[in-house]
Amino acid sequence: MTTAPAKAGWRFRQPSVIPGFGLTLGFSLAYLTLIILIPLSGLVWRSASLGWTDFWAIATDRRTVKALEISFGTAFIAAAVNVVFGTIVAWVLVRYRFPGRRVIDAMVDLPFALPTAVAGIALTTLYSPKGWMGSLLAPLGIKVAYTPLGIVIALIFIGLPFVVRTVQPIIEEIDKEVEEAAATLGANRFQTIFRVLFPGLAPAVITGFALAFARGVGEYGSVIFIAGNLPYISEIAPLLIVIRLEEYDYAAATAIATIMLALSFLMLLIINLIQSRTRKRYG
Amino acid sequence: MEVRVSNVRKEFDRFPALRDVSLDIKSGELIALLGPSGSGKTTLLRLIAGLERPTRGTIFFGDEDASNRTIQERNVGFVFQHYALFRHMTVADNIGFGLKVRPSAKRPTRAEIRRRASELLDLVQLSGLEKRYPAQLSGGQRQRVALARAMAIEPRVLLLDEPFGALDAQVRRELRRWLREIHDATGHTTIFVTHDQEEALELADRVVVMSQGRIEQIGTADEVYDTPNSPFVYGFIGESSSLPVKVEDGQVWIADRPIGLAAPELTDGEATLYFRPHDIELLDECNGCIAGTVAASRRVAGTRRVELEIGGGRERVEIELPVGHPAAQKSRVAFRPKRWKVFPKVVE
Ligand SMILES: Nc1ncnc2c1ncn2[C@@H]1O[C@H](COP(=O)(O)OP(=O)(O)OP(=O)(O)O)[C@@H](O)[C@H]1O
Ligand SMILES: [Mg+2]
Repeated sequence: MTTAPAKAGWRFRQPSVIPGFGLTLGFSLAYLTLIILIPLSGLVWRSASLGWTDFWAIATDRRTVKALEISFGTAFIAAAVNVVFGTIVAWVLVRYRFPGRRVIDAMVDLPFALPTAVAGIALTTLYSPKGWMGSLLAPLGIKVAYTPLGIVIALIFIGLPFVVRTVQPIIEEIDKEVEEAAATLGANRFQTIFRVLFPGLAPAVITGFALAFARGVGEYGSVIFIAGNLPYISEIAPLLIVIRLEEYDYAAATAIATIMLALSFLMLLIINLIQSRTRKRYG
Repeated sequence: MEVRVSNVRKEFDRFPALRDVSLDIKSGELIALLGPSGSGKTTLLRLIAGLERPTRGTIFFGDEDASNRTIQERNVGFVFQHYALFRHMTVADNIGFGLKVRPSAKRPTRAEIRRRASELLDLVQLSGLEKRYPAQLSGGQRQRVALARAMAIEPRVLLLDEPFGALDAQVRRELRRWLREIHDATGHTTIFVTHDQEEALELADRVVVMSQGRIEQIGTADEVYDTPNSPFVYGFIGESSSLPVKVEDGQVWIADRPIGLAAPELTDGEATLYFRPHDIELLDECNGCIAGTVAASRRVAGTRRVELEIGGGRERVEIELPVGHPAAQKSRVAFRPKRWKVFPKVVE
């Protein structure tokens, strides 16, 4: 067996000389168990009562699969959009001084604070075929309300602050000298931004993406108003769970929830791995 | 590339960081900008690089007015005090950056860029580290990567802002010698900023001494050390002692006695005498000398420093004596500076 190199990846990272490693690790584990692990394992336990064949039947049911696709698909697209525009918003807020900057800065947090149902209703009135935006888009043949596009828009709204607020402090920290160095080396503004500054933001952007994505997958309140909730078309998985609950079909509800849980965990794990690779590099 | 700074003034919000600075730098020269903190060294360097615009005055690269050129077009290599490396790029990518961002017509092939990078890494003695990230390097190594990165673009002028400022004394000395070697090998016109006079005197062809936004003196190490042209330079470079004196009849006087120094070219009036503590001759008898009583004495390496009270203890000067010299114990010492300079008292 070639043990030595294989083991290297799993060794404890040497704790620093500052004491407290054992205590804090113990505390973190206990806390996470209490707050996250026990409720979630309750969920899995509940769905386990179903038995494998029933579980599989629910999992492969077309309505379930569609709902999961819509939930994860729209959350992914919305998070991707937010990464681009959220980063630009953060950039503008940090780099430029213009009248109303503080107001806009404060506005970014509104989606955090607003009850999601309020956001949902507002967006629906805006984008319904008779609404402000909806009536403008309708002649172009674009339907927003009651389609997956509507879901994406709601999730963009909800997820924006996650990206802006994770990327903003990192942009603030960018050293002016790094930009100047790029300029003296002959890089134009465009090259400086895309080859020097944005790559340096990657870890923060990935974190922002993960947060916005996770929030999008779990979002319920704002989406159900604008989505129209047509099964197979614009019905999200959290709504399907609620529907099953209202039918007193607790087993099915927990089964869908368990699948969501597994998928979310998998995606966040992947994002985290990408993250740790980039972090390790730039230290 | 010759660089000519012509009557440049730079203000930040009305505050003059540079006042009317002129400086001619010959092609291939190694120039040190030396001065205390806040004297405008970095500002001058940044103006040459194009990172700031002068409030008044012009900077020429050769015969060409550099202000018509953007930073990118000036083609200067700038090494920042805190390195400013791109931390998401490997050492090799950092060094190759300046070549990679060239417009495609002038961009070397990728293989060529890689070859250049490893050549430069050899030059800065870091071969084998091309795959590392800046976070994985020591301070001295980062500094050398920054220098290699600046040299990769074949700059017309190399500008270094306190290149060794953040390093310990041992590493500084090594890098200093090494920078001189690199300069001699590549022949880049180089300007570096420092507030370490030893570094400036040892390394540079010419030293530019700055104070409060002005150039006080420009000269070789010998010139600025042996013939300082202002009280500031006397005090700033090397050690110096000073005494308030009076000039009358072409003679230098302390209180009511001439001290045997002739100053025919000076106008009469209050003045200050400057000399180096070691540049003196001791006298046995005093017909025209500076005399004082020993107030304190301390041993400094191979010599002894003696503090003398002159004129009844109102003034004190330091002079240097051989360790075994009896004068060190004598309560009264007479001496005369061998090399000295008198500057008229500035009327405020
Ligand atoms: N961007 C700026 N805005 C306002 N004042 C500035 C700016 N840059 C420099 N100054 C002022 O100009 C003067 C000269 O600054 P400079 O950085 O050139 O000094 P320096 O000689 O490099 O000093 P040090 O050895 O401390 O680096 C200082 O008084 C400084 O406060
Ligand atoms: Mg400086």
